[in-house]
Amino acid sequence: MGAKTNAILNILAAVLLGLFIWWAEENLDGYMIQILNLIAVNIILALSLNLIYGFTGLFSLGHAGFMAIGAYVCSILILAPEQKEMLFILEPAYDWVQSAQAPFFVAVVAGGLAAALFGVLVGIPLLRLGDDYLGMATLGFAEIVRIFAINLPRVTNGALGFKGIPDHANLWWNFGWCLFTLYVIIRLIRSNSGNVFKAIRDDETAAKAMGIDVFRQKLLSFALGAFFAGVGGALLGSLVATIDPKMFTFVLTFNVLMIVVTGGLGSITGSVLAGIAITVLLEWLRFVENPVYFGDWELPGIPGMRMVVFSLALIFMILFRREGFMGKREFSWSWAVGRFFKKAGRHGI
Amino acid sequence: MASDAVLETKGLTMRFGGLTAVKNFSAAIPRGSIVGLIGPNGAGKTTCFNMITGFYKPSEGQVLFNGADITGAPPHRVCRSGIARTFQNIRLFGNETVLENAMIGCHLRQKTGWWQAVLCLPSNRREERAIAERSRELLKVVGLQELAGEKANSLPYGAQRRLEIARALATRPAFLLLDEPAAGMNPNETQELMGFIREIRRSFDLTVLLIEHDMKVVMGICEHIWVLDYGEMIAAGPPEAIQSDPKVIKAYLGEEALAHA
Ligand SMILES: Nc1ncnc2c1ncn2[C@@H]1O[C@H](COP(=O)(O)OP(=O)(O)OP(=O)(O)O)[C@@H](O)[C@H]1O
Ligand SMILES: [Mg+2]
Repeated sequence: MGAKTNAILNILAAVLLGLFIWWAEENLDGYMIQILNLIAVNIILALSLNLIYGFTGLFSLGHAGFMAIGAYVCSILILAPEQKEMLFILEPAYDWVQSAQAPFFVAVVAGGLAAALFGVLVGIPLLRLGDDYLGMATLGFAEIVRIFAINLPRVTNGALGFKGIPDHANLWWNFGWCLFTLYVIIRLIRSNSGNVFKAIRDDETAAKAMGIDVFRQKLLSFALGAFFAGVGGALLGSLVATIDPKMFTFVLTFNVLMIVVTGGLGSITGSVLAGIAITVLLEWLRFVENPVYFGDWELPGIPGMRMVVFSLALIFMILFRREGFMGKREFSWSWAVGRFFKKAGRHGI
Repeated sequence: MASDAVLETKGLTMRFGGLTAVKNFSAAIPRGSIVGLIGPNGAGKTTCFNMITGFYKPSEGQVLFNGADITGAPPHRVCRSGIARTFQNIRLFGNETVLENAMIGCHLRQKTGWWQAVLCLPSNRREERAIAERSRELLKVVGLQELAGEKANSLPYGAQRRLEIARALATRPAFLLLDEPAAGMNPNETQELMGFIREIRRSFDLTVLLIEHDMKVVMGICEHIWVLDYGEMIAAGPPEAIQSDPKVIKAYLGEEALAHA
């Protein structure tokens, strides 16, 4: 299939998505729209972690930290000065926090850039560590970000966090960013730079012998992943309208990790599909946390039950299908067309 | 000879704790030659490679490449300066295709990077197309063009060894180190390999240093040989002299001697 046909099909798919969003905004209720928004954000987050972990092989557990940085930076920039005056009741905000203002798009980019900057700062010492240590150290980093968020009340409003964050993050923004992330990561992974990331994942020693500055490439991947994690966090903040340090615990990282592993480490398609599936399931499974009635008899809901269900599912996944649903395979138009005609052909006989 | 040495080592020594794996290794490798490094198992041959290519930092001594001191430089710098290597226990990028493996070898000389790729700039597309083209040609040189789309870890053993060489050539080396290139090959493949090494030396203008246990290969293509035993150089010279050197025969505990008798 030619590059032109591919491009046309891609544009067609984007247009269809646009039409769907347009239709959804008119016809779906708020709850459904919220789920769609979460899908977009979760795909962004999964893609960013997949770049770091799935494609470059860096076992990073710091995603919640990058998301928190993105969310706080973006929120500070889009909260109106009057809102901030009302919010900061523990201690007044610093002047620069009070006066910082930017349009939503700029605020999201700033959130991403801030996260990327921290990615570089953290990456310089940590990316020289071996795998297991990197996981622990990045986990520690995310926790440090959280502790700072609690203890810098003049920037973050401490444990209270922010409320009433303007809800700019609608379907258009979220899916726009989602497509942008998808585009960047696909271009990156298909280029020779992407090959280099995968080379480091496969065999770091051999990569060094090929003249690859492994540390620099890892830092690049880490910073790019952190950027999109920051973007995802920024969108999430605006989407849920409330952020506080409690939101950015390891559970958040775990959710993203679950999507990436389920979809397949090193599969973009897998991250997209699992992003959709797991977001929907996580919502749907809320029923196990609510009381269930059998006639007069009540089975009390157990808070946190859906995480138990999901953790179990993840464990089974790791035990029986470690490569995830997609393995390292990817969707392509020629594959889809091939499938379609094969089926059509079979029916024809 | 030293003035036209591509690579010169001066008193290279590598100690691991109490063990001295290589002791005072000094050698000058003439430009354009094919030379061999031999010795019994554990003699310190691979350790020499690792010191030359920057994977180990020598405890003592110097490595000079084209007269420049590269002692202790990190592996990627060493490779950039024009030294490529293969590994004794093959190290390919197993999940990537044969073509991608070769393309990864081209990356260090690539001018356009990730952001040009993301922006879809014509300069990047042109360069990556050229890289793919050049990689295909390298695969042709090692006879793997038919397998370009296969995953590297699905290749048979001999093909994997050849791919490792193609990948090393992709970095545009002036000096190539091969760590037991004939290991695991059948006599036919070994025979081809010998012709092949001579061929790439000529067409890529290389100097080749190889470690090899197969004496037919070593004696067949090497113009000069160094012999290590317990980390010490016990002999150096042209193949005929090495073959009849009593110290070498003794170092091989008679196994080679018996085979030749
Ligand atoms: N990283 C290391 N740490 C400790 N000891 C090492 C290390 N690398 C090599 N050695 C030791 O140094 C000695 C020389 O090993 P080397 O691999 O260089 O031998 P070799 O000549 O390549 O042998 P072979 O023919 O089996 O490949 C061995 O005793 C080995 O155990
Ligand atoms: Mg060895």
